[in-house]
Amino acid sequence: MIRKLAALTASASLVALSALAQDLAIQNATLFDGETVREGATLVIRDGRVVAWNTGDSLPSGVEVIDAEGAWVTPGIFAAYSQAGIVEVGAEDSTNDTTAPASSFGASLDMADAFNPASTVIDVTRIEGVTRMAVAPSLGSSLFGGQGFIATTTGEPGSIVQERAFSFINLGEGGAGVSGGSRPAAWATLRAALGDARAFPARYIASQEGDVLRRLDAQAFARVARGDQLLMIAVSRESDIREIIALKEDNPELRVALLGAQEGWMAAEALADAGIPVIIDPYDNLPGSFSTLGSTQENASRLIAAGVETAFAYFDDSSHQPRLVLQSAGNAVGSGVDHTAALRAVTSVPARIFGVRDAGRLSAGGAGDVVIWDGDPLEVMSAPVRVFINGEEQSLESRQTKLRDRYLDIDESEKPTAYKR
Amino acid sequence: MRHAIRLAATLSIAALLAACGGGTNESDEAGNSSGEGSEAAFDKDPYPSTYTPYPSGTVLLQNATVYDGIGGVFENYDVLLQGGNVAALGEDLAAGDDVEVIDASGKVVTPGIIDNHSHLGVYPSPGVSAHGDGNEVSAPVTAEVWAEHGIWPQDPGFTRALAGGVTSMQILPGSANLFGGRGVTLKNVLSRTVQGMKFPEAPYTLKMACGENPKRVYGYGRGGFPGGAPYSRMGNMAGYRTSWIQATEYKKKWDKWEADGGDMPGRDLELDTLKGVLDGDILVHMHCYRADEMAQVMDMSEEFGYKVTSFHHAVESYKIADKLAEYGACSAMWADWWGFKMEAYDGIRENIPLVHKAGACAIVHSDSDIGIQRLNQEAAKALADGRRVGIDISNADAWTWLSANPAKSLGIFDKTGSLEVGKDADVVVWSGDPFSSYSNAERVYIDGALMFDRARPDFTPVTDFELGQPGEGDVK
Repeated sequence: MIRKLAALTASASLVALSALAQDLAIQNATLFDGETVREGATLVIRDGRVVAWNTGDSLPSGVEVIDAEGAWVTPGIFAAYSQAGIVEVGAEDSTNDTTAPASSFGASLDMADAFNPASTVIDVTRIEGVTRMAVAPSLGSSLFGGQGFIATTTGEPGSIVQERAFSFINLGEGGAGVSGGSRPAAWATLRAALGDARAFPARYIASQEGDVLRRLDAQAFARVARGDQLLMIAVSRESDIREIIALKEDNPELRVALLGAQEGWMAAEALADAGIPVIIDPYDNLPGSFSTLGSTQENASRLIAAGVETAFAYFDDSSHQPRLVLQSAGNAVGSGVDHTAALRAVTSVPARIFGVRDAGRLSAGGAGDVVIWDGDPLEVMSAPVRVFINGEEQSLESRQTKLRDRYLDIDESEKPTAYKR
Repeated sequence: MRHAIRLAATLSIAALLAACGGGTNESDEAGNSSGEGSEAAFDKDPYPSTYTPYPSGTVLLQNATVYDGIGGVFENYDVLLQGGNVAALGEDLAAGDDVEVIDASGKVVTPGIIDNHSHLGVYPSPGVSAHGDGNEVSAPVTAEVWAEHGIWPQDPGFTRALAGGVTSMQILPGSANLFGGRGVTLKNVLSRTVQGMKFPEAPYTLKMACGENPKRVYGYGRGGFPGGAPYSRMGNMAGYRTSWIQATEYKKKWDKWEADGGDMPGRDLELDTLKGVLDGDILVHMHCYRADEMAQVMDMSEEFGYKVTSFHHAVESYKIADKLAEYGACSAMWADWWGFKMEAYDGIRENIPLVHKAGACAIVHSDSDIGIQRLNQEAAKALADGRRVGIDISNADAWTWLSANPAKSLGIFDKTGSLEVGKDADVVVWSGDPFSSYSNAERVYIDGALMFDRARPDFTPVTDFELGQPGEGDVK
């Protein structure tokens, strides 16, 4: 609430917006609507949603009109893989809810139970243009990481827009290490879990227990088994990816997305044929493990060329730096990805992967998640000048900007810096 | 007009020398001391560099935008590389016979990037358990270990860094220990041996670490309570000071022996390195996040008569940028890393420009096998974030964060780190504006030899490890 008030006093134009109807029109935009780019475009937001508008139409009355003067306007960026809001300080276990290796539960661990919209990470992320994020357990989690969710970055209570949006599992080397020490052990566990989940609740009424899943975990995983929930699988090596493609062929009801997929390009056509989307970090180009020997910065361009639905994420620090997905996307452009395709990979594609129908695009009916930029959004030197979520203008302040302002000009001639804010 | 720019460039060198303090002065001291009497006692360079530049022709890079790395930028400029050195810079340089002329119009030519904080080779790819050679965690004081003895020269990371325009780098031991050991400076030219990569005549460095890491590893990390010393930041300081007292005593014995003769004192590998610091031969690079800790360390260095050349990570340098400028330490920083531990919680995007603005020596470093590939972009982010709060730094001045200042912090600025006549021809030709996400290093010259050409597979190195593996020779 304090944040909001500060924003209101900081900008007179915001007063007109006030809390309720966030109606605005952005004119003369270089508008990326989630699919294509149009010059000189107009975007109209009413009641928090995009309404159909043609450039020639006269503007509705009573809306704030913003002349973008040719600036880039995009949907809010969608961080496709993040732990923002479920960890405050990575190395401080007391603040870190990204993984629970000592828990006897797995698939039922619900990351939404950990989400703290007031985390400083949320503001830091939002002011760089990220308005939606898929929050998932960390890559260091066990085979069954648990339930991920979709949230906005308003930092307000109730900003989770979709709880239990996907289940997260960790296959390949990661999964092997936590499920008995080998890939066969991980796969046996996964297949048994699918069996438990399919047989839920009957099996648990009959015998009180499943093959590998506890009752609550089976209940949670049942939605995956029935194809009602997306299964996000962290995986890297080509052979592991092909194993997942085979799993999907045997179980066509499964809705699968891959995370990581460093060797995805080596199975790109099979992925496209199977309709399996991927979330990759375009910058992944080192053989960090024996699972990623084929890593290349051209993974992105090759997957996209093969027709694989490809979203981008930033893996190096997915809790505090999901904002850097834009830098990853820019680098993908430097490695052969079409600029518009790279924009899609951080907006509409992840929204589609997670089944968030109204985000990631600025076509009629879309959420009023809008960012006005001071340059090309994929350039590292660019930044948002205004950010809207559901049509509501967001503060561009964070704890970091406050620290910065405190130390911009150090002057302790009258009082210690601690009195400056 | 160009004269005016030159003048500005010269002034900025003077300013930077004043700011960085340690850099070049200490390298001079290191150079002088190598000829002194102690050399007779034992070999101070027992693993000498065997690096020699690869053959190079004379190359004329024509019509480029040239950043000289010391604050100057020149349009439609030529750079002549000859005999492994920068031979000339200017407009319309004449191409003599046997000169390879490269049309660099639309391209940008810069000094090679120097990363003064890398663990390539000591924490190589793949990061398997057998490859953890970057930290001798066995004790809080391991000044006796040398990073070069842990480097695997077949780390594919070197090739990726090369493709990112990195021509030299400092490889450091990790930061578990109070004294982690000696760092080493490399030319980024692949070799069968570590000695084949060592930057000739670069001074040795000493890695030290503040804060959370030593107390976590030794205080809390040994399964019992308390695990051992240091358990607290108090213990950290006591640990350093105890060692410096020992080193002072050790140095006294050697100084006396050098002056008076008699029985040669017994050697202590750990104290050899600390004495090297007190002698001014070895440059101190200290991992330190928090402003208050840096201030304590600066006092400690004065207590024992040495200098911290560069604080590393230095996430809170912006809080004491004035004091860092006054003391003359560099800060080697990330553009925006933060929050992964408590001492990184106060990271801000404007750290680098705020340090620069205070007149202190700012360096963009990586500490990452990914980050090292795009240090130019990290500088770009910091530059843009600084400008948004009114810190007006030119692109050309920002390049000092990438080449000149790290070179000073490593005591090699007399040889590399800028495009000045006579310096090593460590040069990058960028496909476009190097402050853009979309630009790539197209060609990388090291000592005038073309070591990387994005367009030519025969100029793309492949380490032994990647040979015969998926992705061998692929575009990276």
